[in-house]
Amino acid sequence: MDNLLSIVTFIPALAALILAVFLRGEDEAAQRNAKWAALFATTITFLVSLGILFGFDPENTGFQFVEEAEWMMGLKYKMGVDGISVLFVMLTTFIMPITILASWEVKTRVKEYMIAFLLLETLMLGVFMALDLVLFYLFFEAGLIPMFLIIGIWGGANRIYASFKFFLYTFLGSVLMLVAMVGMYSDAGTTDIPTLMAHQFSFADFELLGIHVVGGMQTLLFLAFFASFAVKMPMWPVHTWLPDAHVQAPTAGSVVLAAILLKMGGYGFLRFSLPMFPVGSDVLAPLVLWMSAIAVVYTSLVALVQEDMKKLIAYSSVAHMGFVTMGIFAANQQGVDGAIFQMISHGFISAALFLCVGVIYDRMHTREIDAYGGLVNRMPAYALVFMLFTMANVGLPGTSGFVGEFLALMGAFQVNTWVTAVAALGVIFSAGYALWLYRRVVFGDLIKESLKTISDMTWRERVVFAPLIVMTLWLGVYPALVTDIIGPSTAALVETYDQALAAAEAATQIASQ
Amino acid sequence: MIQADLTVILPEIVLAVSAMLALLVGVYTTKDKLAPVLVWLTAALMAVLAVWIATRSSGTAIAFGGMFVDDAFSRFAKVAILLSAAAVLVMSQDYMARRQILHFEYPVLVSLAAVGMMVMVSAGDLIALYMGLELQSLALYVVASLRRDSARSTEAGLKYFVLGALSSGLLLYGASLVYGYAGTTLFSGIVQVAQHGEVSLGLLFGLIFLISGLAFKVSAVPFHMWTPDVYEGSPTPVTAFFATAPKVAAMALFARLLFDAFGNAVADWSQVIAFLSLLSMFLGGVAAIGQRDIKRLMAYSSIAHMGYAMMGLAAGTALGVQAMLVYMAIYVTMNVGTFAFILMMSRDGRPVTDITALNMYAKREPGKALAMLVLLFSLAGVPPMLGFFAKLYVLRAAYEAGLIWLAVAGVVASVIGAFYYLRIVYYMYFGEEGEELDRGGSKVLWGFLMASAAVMILGIVNMFGVEGAAAAAALVLVN
Repeated sequence: MDNLLSIVTFIPALAALILAVFLRGEDEAAQRNAKWAALFATTITFLVSLGILFGFDPENTGFQFVEEAEWMMGLKYKMGVDGISVLFVMLTTFIMPITILASWEVKTRVKEYMIAFLLLETLMLGVFMALDLVLFYLFFEAGLIPMFLIIGIWGGANRIYASFKFFLYTFLGSVLMLVAMVGMYSDAGTTDIPTLMAHQFSFADFELLGIHVVGGMQTLLFLAFFASFAVKMPMWPVHTWLPDAHVQAPTAGSVVLAAILLKMGGYGFLRFSLPMFPVGSDVLAPLVLWMSAIAVVYTSLVALVQEDMKKLIAYSSVAHMGFVTMGIFAANQQGVDGAIFQMISHGFISAALFLCVGVIYDRMHTREIDAYGGLVNRMPAYALVFMLFTMANVGLPGTSGFVGEFLALMGAFQVNTWVTAVAALGVIFSAGYALWLYRRVVFGDLIKESLKTISDMTWRERVVFAPLIVMTLWLGVYPALVTDIIGPSTAALVETYDQALAAAEAATQIASQ
Repeated sequence: MIQADLTVILPEIVLAVSAMLALLVGVYTTKDKLAPVLVWLTAALMAVLAVWIATRSSGTAIAFGGMFVDDAFSRFAKVAILLSAAAVLVMSQDYMARRQILHFEYPVLVSLAAVGMMVMVSAGDLIALYMGLELQSLALYVVASLRRDSARSTEAGLKYFVLGALSSGLLLYGASLVYGYAGTTLFSGIVQVAQHGEVSLGLLFGLIFLISGLAFKVSAVPFHMWTPDVYEGSPTPVTAFFATAPKVAAMALFARLLFDAFGNAVADWSQVIAFLSLLSMFLGGVAAIGQRDIKRLMAYSSIAHMGYAMMGLAAGTALGVQAMLVYMAIYVTMNVGTFAFILMMSRDGRPVTDITALNMYAKREPGKALAMLVLLFSLAGVPPMLGFFAKLYVLRAAYEAGLIWLAVAGVVASVIGAFYYLRIVYYMYFGEEGEELDRGGSKVLWGFLMASAAVMILGIVNMFGVEGAAAAAALVLVN
């Protein structure tokens, strides 16, 4: 199985092609076939991808399952995974069957819907596996197209605005990264990511338009990449596209957006910013740390006043991503481990929370918090599931949400105490908005007429939640499941980062003498 | 000697003679009844000539004392010109016949324009340059007003003619200055005189006038004013023609002039071209936002695309020329597909150009809408479509030539441009149902649309070898 990664990546695309070419008609049977075909394809992808997980050697910190072929323009088709990316691949293949199952009630243009999601899966997997700059960019940007269509076609009332904002916002962030990539290609003469990681980009200070740039080219490259990943992440203050996109997207779209697409930003920081531009990262790390702390507190406060459930969870996502960037730019083992753990765990928790909203939205067709109340009387199973994920979102010990936040805070504490102190406030706020949301929706008396006939979760919905519950609790009580896999790779990452900084400092001292 | 010269220009002679024959046949026989046959024959001849030119020789041949140059660069451009002209001819046949505007002059004029373009890209002398340019332009002026009884069409032709004459005047004035200060009209002579750092003021003036004249032909800002009006007023197949072959020819001529005649003074023109490129990219992006007529929109889109192609020229390197050629090849392919789609837009048999008419087009014609979606994202330069690689190429050329500011400006402009392409997607996919457009449409147009979309996706494997040919072409020009 030399091409395992390519096989996993392109199974969904192949299924999409088959659906597009062979499935005809809009009747009930065609719709059912489209759903089952998509579910089948994503499940197969997940099963095949298990081969990557089981074949993966955590002790080897290099890239594994590497495939390489020549491409045009001196580029290469090169795929591979290491300890940092392998779990994102698994997260993607794990979440996709769940999203397909969660979209079972879609009625309009089912075939196109399934094709869009299948293509999206291929592109997301490609992002986490690509080991060539341009190949990475290709997958990274191409993902915008299906997501744009998913929000625009199957979204809510204000979907047009949200889809355009989503596309243009992220596109603008990314094109600057493209210029930086072209610059890296010119400088290093290759687009091969492992080679670029070993390449040292110039960090001599220079003047640009009268501004003294500390860290020189590395800082500029870092900023260009930062523009893209910060928008994708999203970090405060460029997060404003996310609440709109989340609110308007269909449930499954929100799930994919929160669980996987946001992780591309964090992954990008770990794959490019830290290893390739250590000096640039070091120069701007304090800024990023403070932006993260502000994000955690500010967006938590914003979440408190939301009246739309999806918007509230969207803001809480931004807050949780704040912990991720804080962990990454603490640039020590705990911080980076915590960041990756937080991203994986947030993948499960946020997906589940959006699905929770989806369950009652499918019944009542409103996301207004005020429209609900006392659901526990009619929907006990739902109340239990929702509570579990609310607690996980708050970061209750025993759930996966706790481990990531704790590690990230611990990592950041060693670097900057004040940032950590401010961010820790966010943990309290998160308990505030999450519990308050839960109380308003689930507890209280069931007084609203429209809710009197609401029914509890169906078997399909229970099946959708089951794997997420298992993963959230399992990772909560046994985090080594993740840290054993990522540990060696993050340790190597942090070590080379520190070495690069030390070398850069020594070089600067020699130059100044 | 003469015989050797004639051998070099044999393809041009064949095309010109066939155009004359077609003219004779048209005049002496039943006139327009023969037009469909002539269209097909001309297109077939062009395709054959393209294959012949691509395969017949590999070296560089010079004819008529340097007036005419046949090299890898001109062959690349000629193949692109002939193939796109043939494609547009075939696409227009059904559309024009149905609207009774398929006169037998149409294929003749297109052939003559193509001959002009072939002379342009092979020009090794200012006189040959002007000759080719005027042969092309005069044929195009007439084609623009092909719909003789329509005020819009005749207005387009007249506007094109008046402004075209002005630009030709500029060009000639520049040529006379260059001749005066260089003492020769041969590019190979000028390049000896125009060494960097020694370019006299008169020569520089001449160069600027030449650039202005050519910028008009490629519709670069600030010489773009005619483009939207002419695109909108001309019959749609003619617009499709304007957007493809003449653009390649003018851009190739631009490169030919700048490198063959002023290749030793790159620094003197690079800034000018970079500035034209910057303006074109931004104006093309911003001005298209307000357009609802898809032909006007494509006019601004072509202005923006010319800006990107000129970014490659501004680099002033072999990589830059290669990038420009690749860009033009991809641009032409995208435009052929896009115009095939526009030609199919009709309601009750009447052509429709308002983009709001595309409301929920995707629901009724999913295949065509999907192909158009691919083309639109390709035009916007979103990966994984081939249009992205075209942009990547010119960005790389500009970056390596130190024009980083231009590269950054270019990508920002591409985001602005993405908005109006997305808006068409919005009408096709997210809009509200309204009056329907006609379904179906000619099989030929459908074929071109699908083929063009397929190229945009499949081309990312290896660009169908265009890259290597462009590299060879660029090396001849820049050394």
